[in-house]
Formats: sequence, structure tokens, C-alpha cells
Amino acid sequence: MIEVRELTKRYGELVAVSGLTFEVEAGRIWGLLGPNAAGKTTTMRILTGYLPATSGRATVAGYDVFDKPDDVKRSIGYLPEIVPLYLDMTVESYLAFVAEIKQVPKARRKAAVARVLESAGLKDERRRLIKNISRGYKQRVGIAQAMIHDPKVLVLDEPTIGLDPAQIREIRELIRGLRGEHTILLSTHILPEVTQVCDGVVIVNEGRLMASGSLDELAASFEKSDGVLVRLRRAGDEEAALFRGLPGVEKVEVEGGEIRIEWRRDRDLRDDVARLVLDKGLGLKEMRSVAGIEDLYMKIVARGGEQ
Amino acid sequence: MSNIWSLIKKELRAYFSSPIAYVVISGFLLLVGYFFYSLITWFNAASMQMAQNPYYAQQVNVNEMVFSPLFHNMTIILVLVAPLLTMRLLAEEKKTGTDELLFTSPLSVGQIVLGKYAAALIMWSLMLALTAILSIFVFAHGNPELAPWLTGYLGLFLTGALFLAIGLFFSSLTENQIVAAFLTVVTLLLLLVLNWVTSSGAGGWRSVLSYLSFSEHFGDMTRGILDTKDLVYYLTFAGFGLFLAHSVIQSRRWR
Repeated sequence: MIEVRELTKRYGELVAVSGLTFEVEAGRIWGLLGPNAAGKTTTMRILTGYLPATSGRATVAGYDVFDKPDDVKRSIGYLPEIVPLYLDMTVESYLAFVAEIKQVPKARRKAAVARVLESAGLKDERRRLIKNISRGYKQRVGIAQAMIHDPKVLVLDEPTIGLDPAQIREIRELIRGLRGEHTILLSTHILPEVTQVCDGVVIVNEGRLMASGSLDELAASFEKSDGVLVRLRRAGDEEAALFRGLPGVEKVEVEGGEIRIEWRRDRDLRDDVARLVLDKGLGLKEMRSVAGIEDLYMKIVARGGEQ
Repeated sequence: MSNIWSLIKKELRAYFSSPIAYVVISGFLLLVGYFFYSLITWFNAASMQMAQNPYYAQQVNVNEMVFSPLFHNMTIILVLVAPLLTMRLLAEEKKTGTDELLFTSPLSVGQIVLGKYAAALIMWSLMLALTAILSIFVFAHGNPELAPWLTGYLGLFLTGALFLAIGLFFSSLTENQIVAAFLTVVTLLLLLVLNWVTSSGAGGWRSVLSYLSFSEHFGDMTRGILDTKDLVYYLTFAGFGLFLAHSVIQSRRWR
């Protein structure tokens, strides 16, 4: 549904995006992950027709972004990083205006506004001025305007930035609920957003592609080992030594009050680790899987000298 | 066409949902009303005196003595009003990031520029229509000629078309509304006084400057003269302003 080939964008001397190539299948949610200034926003602006690329190609819903910009614009719903809101309008009249300029046929405009008000959970706010609603609701209005013309593709630039944890959860649920109906590309610099919402990821840094693929593929190809992080009443060398004694364990490290236990991917030692914790009465507080992709991302980000 | 109309409606709503429309319209009417009142009282006194002398009595002309100076005063007020109507139009979209919504919608840059321009021109037309009420008194109690009055209003409309196009161009240059407004005022004032140089004689530039000055062309129209030369002047320069605004937006996106 989205295809990017060797995309490059230069601003004078500065190379914002360099030879980026990736693909997103229809009906999937894909994350564009990278630290700040990695070229995420630039890539999205090129896809949505806001900026032209210096070289390379991109197609959205089968239309070339450069040859058929109007067809692409009709197939894409876009939430820019700075939500484009007219603060003096009410939620409803703003959405009606967006429906007009996105060329929703007149007979269907009312229904389109009602539909997005419903799916973005904005029904009770529809008569309020946008300047008077909370930040979380403004973000919802932003997502609602992106969906107003029922586009095949949604491009969301940092959809949860600046929200409080409860709002972040709500927005993520909203996005997850759109899976299947829309193909979604969302950008973020927060890894959990990708692991919680997305099916796949494109990792970029300094305008270059670092890795891309479905989350499972990436985890499998980059992580030969599997593992868990356990948080105990006490995490010292003593406890670490106990885990080191488990058969099959390859590596045990104490990092920041947590113990990291790793083993080869062809087996699963989670039960063994849990049994040991209980038998020895180590006071389990938390146990979670090591996200393979997290390591990858941290390595990429560290290499880039960011964060 | 429906795209442009959507934008016009949005801009008009923006004018009237903020204090801009009310403040600008009422301030404009207050000033025009004051000028009209003082011109009419002066005209009454003057025509009373002139009626004493049969020679001067021939020369009493309400078009020349009230409408023409009133229209000239209105263009000077317009120098201050036009930037207020245009400074927001493109600068604010850029500043608040809403331009990203417009430019990623299936709208052309031309439609965006025209929609915004048309909205400002509608505001100006509305203001002109409201001032026409004053003239009703003159037509009811005197016998002014209709033709110079009509060409005078056409001239005012065209002057607005020119000034607003210039204002829109400056609004496209910056995201700072004050900068846009100030550059517009400076340019319009220059246009207004360019012919001052010509009266003191500045050689070969004389005819060029006098052609550029809008006062020359506007003066014709308040005297009831409808010359294609004047129409061409207004339409060319208004069109040029819109073309520049269009080019600025295009080039910014391709940079």
C-alpha cells in the first residue's frame, strides 16, 4: 500500500533522508521509529505531498506521489506533528471544513463528520471551540480530521506526543481499533509505542534505513537469544549467581536493580527462572521478557549519539 | 470552484468569529462618517456663500466638492485597513502549521491564494456597501450626477482589489503578521505618494512613476472617467500581487 524506493531529501547541504527504501502492506500498522531528527517527519511530508523529494520514488495506494499528487492526497489521511487546528472553530465545523477540502461529496459530508466524531470519541465535544478542549481531545480531533474522507492510508506523525499516560493509552487504543480498515504508518521515537501498537517497524537514524520488517522477523533475525528481566526484593551478585546455575542459561547480568537472564532462542527457560525465584523465596516484584527490538533500537540510537 | 468557495466561507467565518471584522468595519465607518459629515457641513456653508454670486453659483458641484474628496479620503483609510484584512491570511496558516492541512489536501496553491483573496475582497465590498448609505442622503436632498459616483465606487473597489493583493503577497512572505502588515502599509503609502515626485519634475522617470502611482488612475475615476488604461493598471498590478504570492508559496515548498 505504501512503497518507498531510494528516497532522498536534501535541504541545501543537510541530508534529511538518504536512500530510504521500505514497504507497508495493506491493512497493517507500521511504525517509523527513530530518534529526533532522524528524518521521520520529512519522510511523511514527502509521502503526503507536502514536500517534494530530491530523488527516489514513493507510491501510495498505487499512485505515484510525484506524478499523481491529487490522487495520493485523496487516498491519504495525515496527522502532522503539529496538529493543524483552527482554534476559533468548533470541533464539528472544523471537521465539516476538512470534509469539504478533502472533497467528500456534499451528500455524504454530514455522515462523514458523524462517523469520525463517533470513532474518535468526540461526540460530547462536538459543539465546543477547539481552543477550549484538552490536549488529548485536540489530538483526537487531529486523528478525526485525518479519517474524514475514509482514506485507505493514514499517516500519523507522533500521534501521542505531549499527552499524559492515560491519554496515550486512549490514543493507542483508538489507533489499534483502526487496524484492517486502514493501512497506517505512524512515527514515534518511543519504542513501546511500536511494540504495543504496530505490526512492523522501519527504524531510521540520520536519514538512513537501519532495519525494517515485521516485529517477529526483526526479533528473530537480530536476536539469537531470548531472555527475561526480573526485579526482586534484592538484586545482587548473590542472586545472579543462583540464576547462573540454571541449566541452559548463557548470560546473567545485574543492571540497575534488575537481573537480566538470557538463553538460546531454541528453548524457553521462563518456567525454570520462575521456579527458582519461588523455591529460593527471592521476593518477586516483576518479571518481563527482554524485547529483542529494544536492544537493537538502543544500539542504533547509541551509535547515532542521540537521546 | 467548490474548493475556492469552501476556503472563502472558512475565511469569512474566521473574520467574524474574531473581533477583526467588527473592529475594522466599525472603525472604518466611524472615520468615513466623520469625513462625510465635515465635507457636507463645509459644502453647505460654501454653497450658501457661492449662491450670492451668480458666476460662482454655476460652479457648485456636489460630486466634485463632496464625493470626490470623500473617495480620496477613503483610499487613505484603506491603506490602514487593507493590511488588517490581509496580514492574517497566509502568515497565520504558516505559523500555526495549518498550512500543512491545506497543502496535503487536494487543493492547488492557486485555489488557496484565490480563496483567501476573494474572502478579503468580499469584506472590502461589504464595507463599501455600508458607506453607500451615506450617499443616499445626498441623492435624496440634492441632485448629484450618478455616473461619477458609480465610477468612483468602482475605483474604490478596484483600489481595494489592488491593495489586498499586495497585502496578501506580504502575508505570504512571513509568518509574522506584524511584519506583513507593516510592509504592506509602507508599500501602499509609497504607491499613494509616487506622483508627488512627478509634480516637481524628475526627468524621464516622471511618466513611469506617475503611471505607477494609483492616485493618478483613481483621480480619473472620481471624475467619472472610465478609461481602459486605468482598468488595465488596476487589474495588472492586482494580478501581479497574486502571482507573486502564488510563487512565494510554491518556491517555499520546493526549497
